[in-house]
Amino acid sequence: MLLGAGTVPVSCLAADDLTVELGGLPVLRGVSLSVGAGEGVALMGGNGSGKSTLVRALLGLLPHQRGAVQLFGLPLRSFRQWSRVGYVPQRSIALLGGSKVKEVVAAGRLAHRRPFRPLGRGDREAIHEAIGLVGLSDQLNTDIAALSGGQQQRVLVARALAGHPDLLVLDEPTSGVDLEHQRVLADVLTERLAAGIAVLVVLHDVGPLGDLIDRAVVLSGGRIAHDGPLGDLGQHQRRLGGHQHLDHGRTADDTGAGSASWLGGAVQP
Amino acid sequence: MIEILSYPFMQRALIAALLTGLIAPAIGTYVVQRRLSLLGDGLGHVALAGVGLALFTGTAPIPIAVAACIAGAVVVEVLRQRGKATGDVGLAVLFYGGLAAGVFLSGISGVGAGGLVQYLFGSLTTVTVGDLRLVAVLAMVVLVPTLGLAPQLYAVSTDEDFARTQGLRVRLYHIAVVTLAAITVALAMRTVGLLLVSALMVIPVAAARNLVRGFTSGLVCAVAIGVITAVGGAVGSFYANAAPGAFIVLLAIGVFMLSWPLSYLLRRRRAAAPLPDSMDDDELVAPHTVTESHPHRHEPGCGHPTVQHGDHTDFIHEGHRHAVHADHYDEH
Repeated sequence: MLLGAGTVPVSCLAADDLTVELGGLPVLRGVSLSVGAGEGVALMGGNGSGKSTLVRALLGLLPHQRGAVQLFGLPLRSFRQWSRVGYVPQRSIALLGGSKVKEVVAAGRLAHRRPFRPLGRGDREAIHEAIGLVGLSDQLNTDIAALSGGQQQRVLVARALAGHPDLLVLDEPTSGVDLEHQRVLADVLTERLAAGIAVLVVLHDVGPLGDLIDRAVVLSGGRIAHDGPLGDLGQHQRRLGGHQHLDHGRTADDTGAGSASWLGGAVQP
Repeated sequence: MIEILSYPFMQRALIAALLTGLIAPAIGTYVVQRRLSLLGDGLGHVALAGVGLALFTGTAPIPIAVAACIAGAVVVEVLRQRGKATGDVGLAVLFYGGLAAGVFLSGISGVGAGGLVQYLFGSLTTVTVGDLRLVAVLAMVVLVPTLGLAPQLYAVSTDEDFARTQGLRVRLYHIAVVTLAAITVALAMRTVGLLLVSALMVIPVAAARNLVRGFTSGLVCAVAIGVITAVGGAVGSFYANAAPGAFIVLLAIGVFMLSWPLSYLLRRRRAAAPLPDSMDDDELVAPHTVTESHPHRHEPGCGHPTVQHGDHTDFIHEGHRHAVHADHYDEH
């Protein structure tokens, strides 16, 4: 939407016919997806439907067996402008324990920095600004392991925001976060979307982020079961938790009755 | 203290100890962060193969040991990255292979396994000027990237996936860390010895984690502990006529053991410090637990038993202790 008339809009993130296998079993089968500038896309689906796998494959953290991924119009393999990408992984601070909040967030500036160069003023400002945005300015020097789960999640969001990305990929950024701070995150994302960045967010539960979602992509058994406005999903289907439990091991009947029923016939096998 | 500086061999010993104390905890911080605490120990075994080869070919041991150690470290890391070294069996084969090769080669070279002992336990006081020069150069080779690439190395050793999405070449950085660790181990065979160098890579780091908060402060504190214990141990062993390597490691373990009670005291002092005014939401539970809706008004003689609690009175109410706090009651 920010592109002038006459320019061909390039997707910030595009997957074409993506197939990913883990341990020899197909987890994603022929997934195609695209997120444009200024667009907020929710990635939804039950546990084991392949949401995190898709996110990780889109960022090149997992190899794909078939299909192609493009970031800002470049094939993943030759993409180098990582300062344009922000990633919020599913919450896990396994090895981050023992780091201060500001140290964790500072890692979000690495794509902008060269080796052997100290943090610049711009880096410091971006780090403090990002920590302020998630409301943790008074915890700059706290050990991340001493924070609550929701606060840790907010630190990971701040780390991604610190890089001022043009594409933000968030894997369940609201899990464990209280309603008030989910609203804060929604405000931050809304403001960034208006500035023209692209957002792909894995959601289990729409919550306050629903307002900024232009499109919902629903995965079911490793395939796309729905790609369209969030409103097309019934209210009861917006809460996906507990509605279905597909596991990656299933190969044959996953597009069968189980997934069709909860989508109310919106499935295109 | 002044007199030992008058012996040239002690001057060299102290400088060598200082350099070891400087680099071992610096690179050790990343090794420990990646949960590879015993890597140094394994690499020590591989270095022995290098020493054996040097004895067999009649060349200087340090360069060959450095080369063998780097080769071993890179092989282990590549196997790990390809998922082939899980279960530690691959590592064990490599490490014990190194030990066996060292003993075997020193045997057929006519020196015998006894010739390896000085490398196993170090021989700080026999460090030559040539050794010292090599140790100094290699120490710089380790120290410059360890500190200069600290942000990058921190990111790859704490969150590999995120580091990758920052465009960092994670595999390359991992290989760099194990290579620098290999150089450190091989160098230490002249100072604290191959069997004990791993202790100097791990123990100061563990002690520092008890004493300070944050990764960078931990790195600096670990290096400080490493330098103090290495130099202190070298000096102490001169007066106690003890083996310097052992003395240094025992000192480091002493600091580590002291760090437990110290960390307890530090935490109490931090807890006693005034809380910031805008405490953050969800985690603040104790000591302020407010009772739910409470229509009854407690006052002396209201019928509820009372109990003196520090500077105030609690009212016993249905098995809870209620204390007056402004316009509500706190659970005590």
